[in-house]
Formats: sequence, C-alpha cells, structure tokens
Amino acid sequence: MLTSLKRIIYFGWKDFYSSLGLSLATCFILVIVIFLITSIFLLKGISEHLIASAREKADITIFLKEDSLEEDILKLKEELVKMPEVKEVEYVSKEQALEKFTKEHKDEPEIMRALGLFNNPFLSSLNIKAFEAAQYQAVVSFLENSSFSNLIKEVDYSQRKLLIERIFGITEMVKKAGIIISFILAVIAILVAFNTVRLAIYNSREEIKIQRLVGASNWFIRGPFIVQGAIAGFFSVVFSFFMILGIIYFLGPKISFFLSGFNLLNYFLNNLGVIILIQLATGVGIGVISSYIATRKYLDV
Amino acid sequence: MIKFQEVSKTFFTRAGHKQIIALKSVSFEIKPAEFVTIVGKSGAGKTTLLKLILAEERPTRGDIFFNGDNLGKIKTAKLPRIRRKIGTVFQDYKLLPLKTAYENIAYILKAVGAEESEILRNVPEVLGIVGLASRAQNFPEELSAGERQRIAIARALIHRPKVILADEPTGNLDPYCALDIIKLLLKINEIGTTVILSTHDKEIINRLGKRVLTLEQGALIRDEERGHFIL
Repeated sequence: MLTSLKRIIYFGWKDFYSSLGLSLATCFILVIVIFLITSIFLLKGISEHLIASAREKADITIFLKEDSLEEDILKLKEELVKMPEVKEVEYVSKEQALEKFTKEHKDEPEIMRALGLFNNPFLSSLNIKAFEAAQYQAVVSFLENSSFSNLIKEVDYSQRKLLIERIFGITEMVKKAGIIISFILAVIAILVAFNTVRLAIYNSREEIKIQRLVGASNWFIRGPFIVQGAIAGFFSVVFSFFMILGIIYFLGPKISFFLSGFNLLNYFLNNLGVIILIQLATGVGIGVISSYIATRKYLDV
Repeated sequence: MIKFQEVSKTFFTRAGHKQIIALKSVSFEIKPAEFVTIVGKSGAGKTTLLKLILAEERPTRGDIFFNGDNLGKIKTAKLPRIRRKIGTVFQDYKLLPLKTAYENIAYILKAVGAEESEILRNVPEVLGIVGLASRAQNFPEELSAGERQRIAIARALIHRPKVILADEPTGNLDPYCALDIIKLLLKINEIGTTVILSTHDKEIINRLGKRVLTLEQGALIRDEERGHFIL
C-alpha cells in the first residue's frame, strides 16, 4: 500500500514536471486567486481597525451661540456629565479655540492675515465623549429636548457618524467586489487546472490503457493526476505566501499612516495559522478538486 | 476456467439506430492450461470475444464466467482483481516508447503494487524466458519487430497470469518470427498457463494442431479439439 502510494506521488510529480509549461500556467492563475482571497482577509482586519479607530475618536462637538453666557455653558456641561452615557466633557472657550488655531497655523502668513480681519471668529464649544458609539444618539436627543437647546448653534455629530458609515460602506463594497472577482478567478483557475489534467490524461492514454488492462487499481490510475493538481496548488500557496509576506514587510510601514497606525505585518503574523489554512484550502483545494473532476469525466476507469 | 453461456454482444452506431451484432449466442468452455486458437475472418467477432474475457466489454445477453466470477455482473471496482489474472499480447505490441524493455515490463509490476525487490528479481527472469536478457536497456525503436513482440509477451507474463490472451500476435511479423512467437506461447502453455490465441494465419493453426474455435459473422460454427483452418 505504501509502495503504491509512493509510486502514485512519484508519477504525479513526474507528470507535473514533464508538462511544466501547463503546470506553471495553472500555478499562475492559482497564485492570483490565493492572493486575492488573502487580501480580502487582510482587508477585514484593516476595516475593523479603521472602524474601531473612528469610533474611538468619534465624539460630539456642540458649538454654542456667540452670546451664550459662560455660566449657562458650564451648567449645560454639568448636566451632560451627569448622564450615564457620557464619559467626559471638555469645554473649549472661544478664546482657547483662537489660541489653539493661532498656534497651529502661526507659520502660515495668509491664514494669520485673514484671521486678523476678524475679531474672533471662533465659538465656544463642548466636546463630548460617550462610552459607546451607539450612545451618542441619546446625548443628541437630550440636547435637542433640553432647556439648554437655545444655547446651541450647531451639533457636530452627523459627520462623524457619516464617516463611520462611509468607512464601513467602502470596505464592505471592496470586500464584496473582492469576493466576486475571487469567485470568477477561482472558476477560471478550476477550468485551467481541469484542462491541464485533461491534456495530461490525453498524453498518457497509452499508459492508461495498459494500466487498465493489467489490473492496476483505479486509484493507481487516477492518483497521479490528482497529485499533479495538489502539487500545483501547493507550489502556488508557497509562492503566494512569500510574495504577500514580502509585500507586507516592505509596504506595511509605509501605509501604516494611512491606516490609522494599523500594523499589517503584526496582523499577518498573529493570524498566520488561519492565513496558511485559507491559502492551502484555496490552492490545494482547487487543484485537487479540478483534477478529480477531470479524471472522473475523462478517465474511463 | 472460462465459460461462455449463450453470450451475445450487440453494438449500436453513434446515431443509435443501427445495431451491429458482434457475437450471437456463443457457448464454449476453456479448461485450465488449455491452448485454444480462435479463428475467423475480419469482423467475425474474435477481438470482441477477447475483450469480453478481459471485461473491457460487457455481454448484451448471456453469462461469462472466469474462475467462478460472472464478468457480466461483476462490479467495476472488482475488475482490476480479475485483470491481474490475465496477460494480454497485442498485434501492435503496445510498448511504451519512452521506456526501455526492462522498464516496460517493470511498469506492469509497479502498476499492480509489487515491491521493488520482486521487480528486481522477476523482470530479469522473464527477460531470460523470452531470450532477451541482453536487450533489457534498449528502447522499443531499437528492437526488431520480433523482439518487440517477445518483450510484449514478457510483459504479459510478468505478473504470472493464469491466462494469456494473444490478439493476432504474429500479424506484423515475418513467418520465421511468427513461428518463434508461437513456440514461445507453446512453452508458456506447457508450464500451465492457459493460452487463447486469435489468428487467421492458416499455417500456424494447422501446425499447432490445438483446439480451434471458428467464428463466422459472430456465431461459433465449429469447436474442434485438433482443429484445422477451414473457412
């Protein structure tokens, strides 16, 4: 049994090598599919980080009317702090807002010149942080229905919510597009692998006939073609893995800034087991399944 | 050992509307270690009969028994076991061109799961039986027609089958080579292997003086213990 298995693997490897051009074409298309599927997995991690980041930074800013008295503003702040949903409230007076802006843009003469034309264009504001992003709506409802609503000029919340929704929407769209493209490429990969095996069966028809006539088992006849598919899948996985690792290693630090500090390499290494499993399931899975289907269809055993 | 009971085989054309009756109600029995010659014109059904013994085809009607197994009803998964008891020799040798004589024979043992030690022991032995031990490393294109056929016989013998089916083994050979091949088959028969030879070579049939089954248009018209070529 072990001898037969070794022979099946040997013949499978021999067939893979003897039709190297076709085998490499199969590997190429499998590499693309594996690359895309791994990218979808990494994108999931990125989007989760971005959304969490946006939620973390999200807060409500209440801009108060110019004629609001400071003692009324501080009373509003007290009421807000008492709310169980509210984590903290920061009061920024219009003077403090002007000071902060001047400090940030002191090296930009055009902005400083434009600022000089106004007395103080900034409004006092209250920055509110909730414990959970879902709790902001309760805070907004309180503000709208409270006796302090006449102090409020504007509530800057919907933009944050929109940002979170946009991040979520874009990543979902990219994920869905990725899945559709992966599916199409997987079908192409199956067809390419299928036709590679079909050609291999045709090229080996004399050997196959002799094998059948002398009583070789069905698995001895079919096995090498399935091994061929598995080998193509395995090499594709190895190549894809190191290619993706290389890309992440070199590009990861460069794009970290755009991903709110997300460390792609760490994420990749922390999920190494899952990623390898996904790649093997895709590469070797497609290779083996396509070969099996081809042998069932074209091998008369 | 081999028993045909009212066996008929019908083929249908691709379009499906025309029948070709290859064998009609053929019945005979072959005992172990017999040497049987099957004779008939082209299209008489000789090759179909051999294919039925090899279970490459299934009978349309009737039963075929091989050592107690009904070849018409046996499951496909069990066919390899039956075929390991049969060696086949073809008119066109069917040697693998990219393998040496040794490798062509060894390939059969590999296909049936033999260990390497068995291969190393048996292949040279069988090459010796057919008288081609010195040509083991030659490729088929480097061998003469007669030598190729002897390698094909060695390949058929290597897994010690109970039956050798030879389908026109001398068809591509000159009379001297043909005689050598027949002598080899007789030698194999003497050591206990059943030989079923399909031929339309008159000289061979008459010289052999063995049992002859004569087919004509799919029907078995004669079964003689010491037959002569009569068509």
